[in-house]
This record gives sequence, structure tokens and C-alpha cells, in this order.
Amino acid sequence: MAKKLNMRKRYELLTRGLGWEPSYQSKDKVFAQEAYEGIKITDWSKWEDPFRLTADAYWKYQAEKDKKLYAVMDSFAQNNAHLNLADASYVNALKLFIQGVSPLEYAAHRNFARLARQFSGEGAQIACQMQSIDELRHAQTQIHTISHYNKHFHGMHDPFHMFDRVWYLSVPKSYFDDASAAGPFEYITSVSFSFEYLLTNLLFVPFMSGAAYNGDMATVTFGFSAQSDESRHMTLGLEIIKFLLEQHEDNLPIVQGWIDKHFWRAYRLLGLVAMMQDYFLPESPMSWKEGWQIYFVENAGALFNDLGRYGLKMPKYHEIATAEADHISHQVFGIFYNYIHAAAFNLGLPSEQKMNWLSEKYPDTFDKYYRPRMEMWAEMAKDGKRFFNMGLPQLCQVCQIPMGFTEIAKGDPMQVAYRVSEFKGEKFHTCSDGCKDIFDHEPEKYVNAWLPVHQIFQGNCGGAAVPDVLNWYHFHPEDGGDYAGSADEARWKAMKGAVTTESTETTKPIQADAA
Amino acid sequence: MSENKVFMIFQNTADAQPFISAFAQENPAATLDYQPGMVRIESLGQLGITQEVVSELAGREVNLQELHLTLISLSGNIDEDDDYFRITRH
Ligand SMILES: [Fe+2]
Ligand SMILES: [Fe+2]
Ligand SMILES: [Zn+2]
Repeated sequence: MAKKLNMRKRYELLTRGLGWEPSYQSKDKVFAQEAYEGIKITDWSKWEDPFRLTADAYWKYQAEKDKKLYAVMDSFAQNNAHLNLADASYVNALKLFIQGVSPLEYAAHRNFARLARQFSGEGAQIACQMQSIDELRHAQTQIHTISHYNKHFHGMHDPFHMFDRVWYLSVPKSYFDDASAAGPFEYITSVSFSFEYLLTNLLFVPFMSGAAYNGDMATVTFGFSAQSDESRHMTLGLEIIKFLLEQHEDNLPIVQGWIDKHFWRAYRLLGLVAMMQDYFLPESPMSWKEGWQIYFVENAGALFNDLGRYGLKMPKYHEIATAEADHISHQVFGIFYNYIHAAAFNLGLPSEQKMNWLSEKYPDTFDKYYRPRMEMWAEMAKDGKRFFNMGLPQLCQVCQIPMGFTEIAKGDPMQVAYRVSEFKGEKFHTCSDGCKDIFDHEPEKYVNAWLPVHQIFQGNCGGAAVPDVLNWYHFHPEDGGDYAGSADEARWKAMKGAVTTESTETTKPIQADAA
Repeated sequence: MSENKVFMIFQNTADAQPFISAFAQENPAATLDYQPGMVRIESLGQLGITQEVVSELAGREVNLQELHLTLISLSGNIDEDDDYFRITRH
């Protein structure tokens, strides 16, 4: 009588014995990327499968997730549920998401397909194949959800075009391109471990609870649906690290170097998320610093304690990232406040109420260093001298963020930090010891970086004047600038006004702008 | 103190309820932290559930892999089979 196989056995049948020894090509030609990074694999069958999902279970659950998600999104659109948002300024978080995150999902889709092809172990192949399909699903569901907002708000009309060109989007793009341009083991260490396992909670959880807090149930739904795949991806990240370290002791220094590098690159990218979390959300469920404490300090502490038995250490400069948690969102906000005329989202100075929240969440730094700055900017704007920086900033050669970070770890948070390296007689600047180390380790790679500011100066970005460049980005004039007085604000007031008149008599209707 | 912390985060929905309740019931030392739209279940060393308890709470035969539908995030090493699911620190 046929007995039902247990999970382990079922999964083993799916992932073992499917590979075969090639006969008319040598194995190292078939899997040509597996050796050149110096990683030594002696036995792929020792791969421990994280989450033993068989193909039929995978399709069944993914179909169910999508069915639920599309039902929510359809009813969201039918009910014009965007009108339930706490405030339209919240939508700026979605703009940053569709411009900067969704293209990463698509890039991950392509790269996991490469990994599924290039790893010779069947267990890893299957996990990467499933992840490749997941990441495509993420890009699709995000585009689908946000397309509803695109009907009503600016800045979301051409994210993939923008991603390849825009100065601040070169931050996420260059990080993923860096990983994509590496071998398969470095790629998976970068994306699955340093990014997804260590830091992805800091990206998704604040975005999604921020969405829930601000009445955006469509985003909550796609976010949590994507995040349910993320648990599998994170587990793959942990498994690959354990597997590489168990396979050969020579792998340890290579893997540690990759973790150090990609932790720092991913962390720098999250500076944008820190700004979003502390400054974009009308209602913030949690500050960047609180999120960092819970999802990095506590979580990574426990994780590396666990991985210590392989000799693995916490990523280099993690203590600097923790010291910077008190400053980073305010500093990134400062950069964008200066350049918001050249962005495809709107931003405003924090309200008095928001500043009080920031003082409470950042008792050691906000009142001392950043509130005076905000108050001065507000004063200047009131006097008709709103400051926009019309010059182009120097960018870090590695993370590509304008050089606005400071010497926090050296106890001098008001001193802008910069580092210099020389390569073949030329000078290259970086924003931190973390970025400088990355540059110095592979200068040949980073001297080729496509730096948006250099490209503008070289005449490769549509022209010499700001409007020419913005046009080349496919930005519309109403996409950027201060939120107060923006086209989105006007439209939101018109939409809300139109709705409120129906229910209350006291509210004065505001004429809807036909634009 | 937090050296061996493990956690599971679920969507705070009806579908996730049998899993959330099972974690609470089967791990008396666990704490539940409710955030907008989600709940974070946290403990030291390990967290585990059994198919028996989840099924009893749901009032039907539950396949433990259904947790993939509502899981948001986790931290720890996974150990699973048809009748149990666990995350641990070594
Ligand atoms: Fe994804
Ligand atoms: Fe992912
Ligand atoms: Zn940098």
C-alpha cells in the first residue's frame, strides 16, 4: 500500500538526482561561473533546504496569495480608496518606492534566474528558481497597485526609465548593479544575506506599517504579500552562508569580505528609507532609530552570535551604522530639501507637531543639531528666500549619495566626512571609511561608476540646464518641489473638498482643478 | 540577553489567527507585540508549533505550510516537517 511520503522525502525527490553528469561538455564549462570567485564547494548534496516547499505547493500558495491580493486591489480601485489616506503627502513614500524599489525587484528576478542556471546543486537551483519567479511577481504587483495612484498623483508615470537615469535613483541602481556584476556567490551573499536577511525588515516593515498607519490598505496588501515570500528569501540567505562556511574553511575570509562590503552598500541605500520613515509619513508608527534597534541591533546580534561558531563576525563598521542611526534620516532629509526641485516627489519641512515627535524619538540629536536647521529654513522660506541648491553636489564614488554625511563616529557630527583614494594618478572621493574600503579593494570596478553628476557635466544627460536634465529623466515640471503649493496638494484638496461637500454642509467646496 | 532571540511576524488577519494563537499557546514564554497590520511573536532560544494544535484552533485539518500565506518575516534557523514547525538558535 502506498504510504504518503513525509515532507523531507518529498522535497528530496524534487531536488536530488535531477542533475546529471554532463558527457559531451565538461562540468566546469556547463557551470562556468562556479569557480572563479575562489569559493570551494566539495559536496552540493550537503545543501540543507530552507523551507521544503515542493513545486505543486509553491504554485498553489502563490496562486492563493495573488488571488487575495488582486481582489483587494480591485475593490480598492472601485471604491476610490485612495481618498481614505491620512494625507496625500503620504503618497510621496509610494513614489520613492515605485521609483527606487520596484526596479530592484525586477533586477532580482533576472539575477536569480542567472543563479538558478549557474549553481550546479539542484537544491540551490530550485530555491533560486522560485525566488526568481517571486521577484517578478513583486515587481508586477507593485506596478499594478501603484498604477492606481498614478491616475491621481504625479511622479509615478515612468519609474523604470527614471531608475536608469536619475541622480538619487543611481543609489539603489548602483548597489544592485555592483552585485549583478559580481559572480553568483557574491551576488547571493549580497542580495540574499546582506540585504534580505540582515536589512530587508528595515525596508518593508516600516513601509508597510507606515502604509497601514496612513490608511493605504492597497500597499499594505501588496507589501505583506511580497513579504510572505521574503521569509523564504531570507532563509535562503542564511542557508547559503552556512553552506559556504561548512563546505570549506577557505571560504570564510571571502564570505566575510562580501558581507562587510554589501552590508555597507545596502545600509547606505537605506538612508533613503530612513528619510522616508521619519519625514514622509504624516503618521509614523516607528522611527528609523527604533527600527534599527529592533531589526538590526537585536536581530543581527542574535544571528551573528549563532554564526560565530563558523568564525563569522558582525559586518565591519556596523557600530558606525548604529551610531549614525541618530543622524542619518535628518542628514538625508537635508540633502533632499536642498535638491527637491530636481526630484520626482514632493517634500516639506516638518510641522511643529512632527518636530516634537522627532525631538522625542531623537532626544540626543534632533534639538541640538537638526531642529535649528529646520527652523532657519522655515524662516528663510517665510522671507521669500527658500533655499534651493542650484549647484551639483560631489557624489561618493561608491554609494553615489551626495557627500553630506558627517564624522559621527569620530564625535564630530557637524564636520562633513570625505575620504580620498588615488588610482592611476587620479583622485576619487568617498563618503566614509566603509565606502573607501570598498573602493580600495576593487578600484578598477568603481572608477567605471556611472556617476550622475559627472555624466551631466560630460553632456550625456540631455543638456546643461536643470530643465534639460529633468526632461531627459522624463520628469514633468509638477513632479518635484515643495509639497506645499504642489499640484498633488491642490488635487488632494480638490478631491477631498468634492467628497466632503456631499456629507457636510459646513465645508466649503474647493473647485476641482481640471488638470 | 537578546543574544538568542528568535521571532516570527504574521499579518494580523483571520487567516493567520490559528498560527498566532498556536504560537502563543505552545510557547508560554513568548511575547506578542501588535503593530499596525501585523503581530510580532518573540522568544528566546526557540519558537515552535504543532500541526495538531493549529488544526484544533482552526477547526479543520491545517497543512503547516499554509503559514507561507500570512508570514511576514522571521529570524532563526528553521526546522520543519509535516507535524511541526520550529525556529531555533544554535
Ligand atoms: Fe522582492
Ligand atoms: Fe526577495
Ligand atoms: Zn559612500
